[in-house]
Amino acid sequence: MRTLPPVDVVIVGGGWTGLTMAKELATRTGLKILVLERGGPHKTRDYLDNMDELDYAIRLRTMQPIRDETVTLRHSARDRVLPIRQYGSFLPGTGVGGSGEHWSGISYRYYPHDFGRLSHLVEKYGRARLPEDCAVRDWPISYDDLEPDYERAERLMGISGKAGNLRGNKIEGGNIFEGPRQSDYPTPPMKLPYLAALFRDATHSLGYHPFPLPAATTSVPYTNPDGVARAGCAYCGYCERFGCMIGAKAQPTNTLMPVLSRRNNFEMRTGAWVRRLVPEGGRVRGARYVDANGDEVFQPADVVFLASWTLNNTRLLLLSGIGEPYDPKTGKGVVGSHLTHQVSVPAATLFFEKPLNAFMGAGSAGIAIGDFDFLDHKDLDFVSGGALYTVCYGTRPIANFGAVPPSVHARWGSAWKKAALHNYDRTGLVRFYGEHLAYSGNYMDLDPVYKDRYGDPLLRLTLDWTDNERNMVRLITSRAVQVGRAMGAGEILAFEGLKRYQATRYQGTHVQGGTIVGAKQTDSVVNMYLQHWRAPNLFVLGASAFPQNPSSNPTLTAVALTFRAADAVIQRYLKHPGALA
Amino acid sequence: MPRHRRNFLTLSATTLGGLLVYTLDRKAGRVHAQAGSIKVPLRFFTEDEALTIAAAAARIFPADESGPGANEAGVVIYIDRQLASAYGRDYYRYTQPPFEEGVPEQGWQGKETPREIYRAGLKLLGRFHRLAPAEQDARLKQIETSVFFSLLRTHTIEGMFCDPMHGGNAGMIGWQMVGFPGPRMSYFDDVDRHYGAAFRSKPASLAQMLGHPVTPGEDTET
Repeated sequence: MRTLPPVDVVIVGGGWTGLTMAKELATRTGLKILVLERGGPHKTRDYLDNMDELDYAIRLRTMQPIRDETVTLRHSARDRVLPIRQYGSFLPGTGVGGSGEHWSGISYRYYPHDFGRLSHLVEKYGRARLPEDCAVRDWPISYDDLEPDYERAERLMGISGKAGNLRGNKIEGGNIFEGPRQSDYPTPPMKLPYLAALFRDATHSLGYHPFPLPAATTSVPYTNPDGVARAGCAYCGYCERFGCMIGAKAQPTNTLMPVLSRRNNFEMRTGAWVRRLVPEGGRVRGARYVDANGDEVFQPADVVFLASWTLNNTRLLLLSGIGEPYDPKTGKGVVGSHLTHQVSVPAATLFFEKPLNAFMGAGSAGIAIGDFDFLDHKDLDFVSGGALYTVCYGTRPIANFGAVPPSVHARWGSAWKKAALHNYDRTGLVRFYGEHLAYSGNYMDLDPVYKDRYGDPLLRLTLDWTDNERNMVRLITSRAVQVGRAMGAGEILAFEGLKRYQATRYQGTHVQGGTIVGAKQTDSVVNMYLQHWRAPNLFVLGASAFPQNPSSNPTLTAVALTFRAADAVIQRYLKHPGALA
Repeated sequence: MPRHRRNFLTLSATTLGGLLVYTLDRKAGRVHAQAGSIKVPLRFFTEDEALTIAAAAARIFPADESGPGANEAGVVIYIDRQLASAYGRDYYRYTQPPFEEGVPEQGWQGKETPREIYRAGLKLLGRFHRLAPAEQDARLKQIETSVFFSLLRTHTIEGMFCDPMHGGNAGMIGWQMVGFPGPRMSYFDDVDRHYGAAFRSKPASLAQMLGHPVTPGEDTET
């Protein structure tokens, strides 16, 4: 195996967190920075030719090739484990930008209570109300600690929205439940497609507090503090599963690469499949990878940032033997614990009389209500919450043809065809995105049987819902049906309910945990600066650090935490390499 | 490699009732009753197999008073090209053994590739295109819980509504039926107007919108 000339910094993974760290280091220090990305390059121009539903949204050509690597799944340690052979519940992207290229761009901040979740629940309801095997934690930092970094992340991306809490002043029309913000969103809210307008009016009439979804598909042309200019959204409806062909949706390739590609202390090396980080005496010496020619090489570095997709962060630590793997029987070990997947269900499918023109929209053009994130659980059979919302992402015909109201039973033939044609542009969704608490039985380890293309063990997920999530979804589904009626829907199909965790129904790519952040090295993998407790020159970036899954989408928080970590690295670690906490 | 390389599907108004199909070079050919027939080269099916699949797809998505169906859209040509491509040999799936039966929540675990599922499905269908429509429906009813039927239904929808470069949705008749205009660069001026009223425009394919051809996935893979 060839050893390459050393670099100062190696970053594994060229997505939102890896390239945000790269940008901070490349522009604020003279360090030589190398990003190892196993996919290929992406250009905004290519995304025009990619506006094809079949090849990109159905065959999923921008996702990590599942033939090369997948995960295995079982519901509990007693069940048979099998590989997920085709993508379903989540869609990790590949190439420069990672999943940050094909995301929808919904960009919430987490609520203040999300950071002190354990204390908050115990204080309100007492520890006895928590599910028996609940492993929810407090973060070692608060919302207020992270607020300035949220602002940096929002300005980086040009997030569109309307403030609901400016320095403590509640503002109607914004999300009045949000934590106090020091400034309003960088750009105004997006335009509202018809279905979202119906949802806004209906929820308002029912006494809820609708607000425009915070959106990384910026509503107007925007130039960020780095001088990177992007176009305003054109509502073409090709966001999720696609890269933006005009650069209106903030993506690492259009927001961070323009800065990085001008720096001569930065290198992006694509086609680099990292198989191991190489530990030695309480440090990491570098990364071993298979390069674009298929040769295995070793890249030494002084500082290593692990910034791959959340599940791959955990897998690489386990494969590399860094940190103690979590053992659910003893509760000992930390790597792989706290596996969560944001609860996401089509709470109510609504069938309208009037056409919706639903092909127009954007992945984050919509309206949400935060009221169910702030339920009083005193008399409820669950302790979590979430947001109800309607997003007009732009429907495409292969994925959306075929929905029929509950009164139609045919699934093929003339009767089905007629009903499906009639309802094609008259079908809308009220979605629920909910919290997933952490449990001691939901975790990751290495699979003993199934391997990736290089013969390395796949990651094994042991994951299921509990009655807490099932009961939460049942209640919110009934509320979603009420909202649907107020929106004027005729027939309504209520979500059937959560049963066991399904790998087959798309939920969102917000799988989290595995390398969690904490205040003590006995029960967490990284400290509040995302620095590995056992290897101070290793930092693990991304939502793998989140100890439980709040209801809101994670990307903005992952980027904000990266800014915070970058400050600590630049201001303190580089001067005195060692433990930051 | 596809098993049958020199097969042609002969299309005429009487065999398929076809209006408009896309030939291999992606030129639209119009099939009139008086014009006799045109021959479309097949990449995977034999002609007899193609007629069988076409007839089954046409019962799933029939031409009727609500509009044209799978035959008119060229669904069988779409399926033929997909099965001949890397997709047909399961390029988009994790296919390492061992293959074992799991619970439905773990997803499809079968060992068979889409090509193999169709070969087995063709045996189930028998001489399907020779049957009367009512008999055809009865035959499909018998197999409607099979993996093959589920895949054929999925492929029929894909062939009805894909971009025409993939061989289906001929003349964009699928898109016209559902009011989908095809990929467009901008709805900036329309997205918050037309509330409650149908906003429809003439569909354009990806190549028409871009002004240059795009190579479909099935023609680019190894």
